[in-house]
Amino acid sequence: MSNQLVIKNARIIDPASNTDMHGSILIKNGKFAKIIEGEIELPEGATVHDAQGRIIAPGLVDLRVFTGEPGREYRETLKTASNAAAAGGVTSALIMPDTNPVLDDAALIDFVARRARDTAEINFYPAAAISKGLEGQDIAEFGLLKEAGAKAFTDGRNSIQNPALLKTAFTYAQNFDMPIIHHVSDANLTGSGVMNAGLLATGLGLKGIPHIAETIPLDRDVQLAEATGVRYHAAQISCAKSAEIIARAKKHSKRISAGISINNLCLNENDIGDYRTFFKLAPPLRSEDERQAMIAALVDGTIDVIHSAHDPQDMEGKRRPFAEAVDGAVGLETMLSAALRLVHEEQIDLISLLRTMSTNPADLLGIDAGRIQKGAPADFIEIDLDYPWVVSENDLKSRSQNTAFEGARFSGKVTATFVSGTKIYELADA
Amino acid sequence: MTNTSPRHNAFSQKHLLGIADLNPVEIVELLDRAETMVKVSRQQKKAKHTLAGRTQINLFFENSTRTQSSFEIAGKRLGADVLNMAVSTSSVKKGETLIDTATTLNAMQPDVIVVRHASSGAVKLLSQKVGCSVVNAGDGTHEHPTQALLDALTIRRHKGRLNGLTVAICGDIANSRVARSNLMLLNAMNARTRVIAPRTMLPTGIEHLAAEVFTDMEEGLKDADVVMMLRIQRERAAGQQIPSVREFYRFYGLDERKLAFAKPDAIVMHPGPMNRGVEIDPAIADCDRSVITEQVEMGVAVRMAVLEALLANDEVQA
Repeated sequence: MSNQLVIKNARIIDPASNTDMHGSILIKNGKFAKIIEGEIELPEGATVHDAQGRIIAPGLVDLRVFTGEPGREYRETLKTASNAAAAGGVTSALIMPDTNPVLDDAALIDFVARRARDTAEINFYPAAAISKGLEGQDIAEFGLLKEAGAKAFTDGRNSIQNPALLKTAFTYAQNFDMPIIHHVSDANLTGSGVMNAGLLATGLGLKGIPHIAETIPLDRDVQLAEATGVRYHAAQISCAKSAEIIARAKKHSKRISAGISINNLCLNENDIGDYRTFFKLAPPLRSEDERQAMIAALVDGTIDVIHSAHDPQDMEGKRRPFAEAVDGAVGLETMLSAALRLVHEEQIDLISLLRTMSTNPADLLGIDAGRIQKGAPADFIEIDLDYPWVVSENDLKSRSQNTAFEGARFSGKVTATFVSGTKIYELADA
Repeated sequence: MTNTSPRHNAFSQKHLLGIADLNPVEIVELLDRAETMVKVSRQQKKAKHTLAGRTQINLFFENSTRTQSSFEIAGKRLGADVLNMAVSTSSVKKGETLIDTATTLNAMQPDVIVVRHASSGAVKLLSQKVGCSVVNAGDGTHEHPTQALLDALTIRRHKGRLNGLTVAICGDIANSRVARSNLMLLNAMNARTRVIAPRTMLPTGIEHLAAEVFTDMEEGLKDADVVMMLRIQRERAAGQQIPSVREFYRFYGLDERKLAFAKPDAIVMHPGPMNRGVEIDPAIADCDRSVITEQVEMGVAVRMAVLEALLANDEVQA
């Protein structure tokens, strides 16, 4: 008998087809074979998974995941990242090129793809560097990198400052029909800033990062994207003015989009409190007003994608005075639960939220994921919308525990994760 | 009737500054005249005395051994007194302006000055300051008319015509004077022009200069009669227009696999000097479809024709 799996008694949510129904799913050989309302006739020999009325949604697609492989395996390997992703419902992730060595060579893309295939259970897609060595000087070999399997070009944590290089990169990426994902941050305006510029930073005696450090390079990028026609994704925006720039650009172009880190949607600068370095992030956590503006931009479709900005850092990097601490927080395991807060607070409806974490990022990469549709790979998750839990860094599956949600009380969690029809994660007491 | 009188009267230009200044009749006149020069060059005694007693100065502000030699041989075969100005050791190094150089040379009463200069428009500027004829041997990224003429002559000798042929020009179009002159000439002669390059090597407005623009080489070569490769300026391109020469070669280097998309009898051209393994596979450069060395031969013929046409015309006027 062929490999068949039936999911019964499920609330099936497929953002791609705007479906939200009670039904059943038949999976054959790792692909969705039948999705129907109500009961399904059980084929002989099929395995049955009873969803107990919980949500079945497409596996999440995360566009911003840093790992330490190769070069900093003590922070995270592809295997540990995969375990964390599975527990968070992420079935496909774009790996940032900020490794050691940098993913700027076809041979390294090939290496990472093979390591992922051999050691990880979720789908990892490598993103290749825009500039060689992430140095912002010369463009990398986009054509050869694409052939080796790169799905997008990005300089990861780095932001390219030279507009002439960006113009060349955008033009050349367009030549190979590949998306550019760019984190915008003006180096000079950021200067030695370490948190959002404002009263709080002044009170803490910390140097501030103004909004214009984001909006000016974003405006530049959007103009370059319009001039070159490249598929451009602003990796992560954090303030209302940036959302305005993206909204304006979208009136003229369907090839411009924007993402946001889950941190900027669910946290604000007040969380930094007494110099808590786990909240030192890039872009910095902004004011509550800006956070609300970001939620509004997510709801009205200006922001297309939520990502985890999963960035494992060892304790040495974080146990330092605030200004000297490294940026970043892990996020694969908490992204969905944190985002569900917005649903529980009735700020956004569930299907729209899931779209920004599955269908939209999958479409941006051009990968066959992010949808529950006949013929598509059966990458999906089961969600208990009201499951109560408290984040404890000791329970995290990531090799690094630098979470910005330590002690957070969440309602809702992934209770099972499937990749190509195979269960790779199940919550123990669900 | 001596051999100094022109065969044709169609050519009435004083200078050859660019293909843009020529009409199709003038182009054909030059090609026909060049055809007779091929015969002269292939004789054991290559002397023709049409330019006996005339003075030709080759003024190359940019080094080019090939083009300078080609013009030198062309002038000498016509009997002219040819002088090569070594600009790198001349007064230009001492701060003399282009116009001062022109005025000084003009005072020596030459009949023709052949000029190459790194700045677009410099040759035209010089032509306005001298009384003699001026031939543009390449100005910046603007024009290289004798290259386009020798390419046209080579094509015509192989295909019997220019009209209706599909000619694909591939490489750094943005920085190529060869591409500009060739596109103008081929368009004037009703060939079907194509350019093939990564977007970073396509200049703004190229769609108005070439009939078709391709970024995919296989598509661009489909059914081409002529494949014309351009030289990649490695030091200028790498890291800026293209990430590396190996990537360029993979997507835009002419190899057997890509050439298979062109017509089976397509000819392969290159203005030289070639970067083997960068824009062209060495095996293709040396194969029997390659007409690259023939281009060099046609270069002398075309330059003889240009020099003779300009100076003979001069005599008629005088």
